[in-house]
Amino acid sequence: MYSKKVIQHFTHPKFFGKIKNPDIVGRAGNPRCGDLLTLYLKIDKKSKKIKDIKFETLGCAAAIAASDMICQIAKGKTLEQAAKIGFQDVSNELGVLPPLKIHCAQLVTEALRDAINKYPPEADK
Amino acid sequence: MRKQRKIYFDYAASSPLDPNVLKKMMPYLKDKYGNPSSIHKWGREGSEGIDEAREKVAKFLGCKPSEIIFTGSASESDNLAIRGLIKSLRRSKRAGERMHIITSAIEHKAVLETCKDLEKEGIKLTYLPVGPDGIINLDDLEAEITPETDLVSIMYANNEMGAVQPIRKIGQLIAKINKTEEHPTYFHTDAVQAANYLNCNVKELGVDLLTLSGHKIYGPKGVGILYAKEGIPLSPIITGGAHEMGLRAGTENVAGIVGMGEAIGQIKSPANSAGRRQSKIKNMKRLRERLVKGVLKIAGTKLNGPTKDEDRLPNIANFSFRGVEGESLVLALDQEGIAVSTGSACTSQALLPSHVLMAMGLSDLEAHSSLRVSLGKYTTISEIDYFLKVLPRVVERLRKISGK
Repeated sequence: MYSKKVIQHFTHPKFFGKIKNPDIVGRAGNPRCGDLLTLYLKIDKKSKKIKDIKFETLGCAAAIAASDMICQIAKGKTLEQAAKIGFQDVSNELGVLPPLKIHCAQLVTEALRDAINKYPPEADK
Repeated sequence: MRKQRKIYFDYAASSPLDPNVLKKMMPYLKDKYGNPSSIHKWGREGSEGIDEAREKVAKFLGCKPSEIIFTGSASESDNLAIRGLIKSLRRSKRAGERMHIITSAIEHKAVLETCKDLEKEGIKLTYLPVGPDGIINLDDLEAEITPETDLVSIMYANNEMGAVQPIRKIGQLIAKINKTEEHPTYFHTDAVQAANYLNCNVKELGVDLLTLSGHKIYGPKGVGILYAKEGIPLSPIITGGAHEMGLRAGTENVAGIVGMGEAIGQIKSPANSAGRRQSKIKNMKRLRERLVKGVLKIAGTKLNGPTKDEDRLPNIANFSFRGVEGESLVLALDQEGIAVSTGSACTSQALLPSHVLMAMGLSDLEAHSSLRVSLGKYTTISEIDYFLKVLPRVVERLRKISGK
């Protein structure tokens, strides 16, 4: 049911964990659907580039793989570029998700946009 | 590379075909290919195989062979029991007379969805709640039975967490109420998960209709049984030829039926005396206990379902793990060669968590993080120990990813 790529990112995610003192944090999901995810981002103030990004995801294999994938795609991009990442980009990079799991790709893009919307953080405004 | 161990802990989903059952089936898959309805030798070979199987099933259930209907699955048996009864009763109802079914919130989908479908047709439905132990309350049931109640359908043992319902007491209660009622309330039970371990004598249980499945008792897939008490109003839901006492049209799955007969015969065969059966069940309980003790050593883990031994099946245990989602856990264990299942939404087409666990009062997250381990006759201590060795590592890895 899952592509090799999904399994690979689920089994060996590279971007999981917390970032100490992140500049922004994005959240998505709800307990009802079973997926809860958090993205932690460090932003380069000058270039507005995503210096570092990490995720914590309570969810199915597709949700974990999609979280890892969006971190991989977003890292190094400017916030403006990152805001344009769509769920299809995540899904395509993973070798297409099963139809029922497309919402996992939507959730991770939601979390990223939630984070981006919070930039710059209150303290820096 | 070291060869990975393969451990099957999903017997409640399906069980391996017993080699002896396969042996009995083989002639009917090869040489004995006649249509059992034909009167020539080829046909007679088939019908004799079916008759023999029917007798074995009747012996197991303590009923007449003519009260056994072979179907294509337990889901079909549930459908025939519920829809077939309602269809038959409806024809004898006067205009405006209400029809009523009582079932429980934790039934298998084959019963639950069938009831919901009938509800859309205007039949009144009552879904009995269960306690945290997954068991219905008899007083609740008694309070819900009215003169217009046609059917009570309550499963014998639950497939997700193993809770055993008080079927005998329900049978007694319905019999008592029926004494004073003008029109009787019929009693159906889905005994699919119970067959291997619990008393299935239909007279002692006091049931009118009972469902069994082939592939949960080391028999083949594609065969179900419905016991229907003589004289019970039942109309076919698959019409056509007069197969199965006119209640289920379609050329019989001879090999499957023969396999079903053999599988059910093995549960209570002379070689498997009551004493031996008891000691096997005791052994199964010990395996389950070892499993539960080991799993609960992992922090943030809880056992779901009945707490008392007599209220649960000896082979099913259901757990919730904090900070771990069930599908991930099943997949991660699969990568370790271990087969288990979950009540998480992520594995369901509806994307909703298990209705059974939710009915027991579990939170969304607890239901999503559930894991069902179901053991069977080939399960060994060494398999349990291997599972207990692998599980903590897998849970810890997923908790690191979830940060919970």
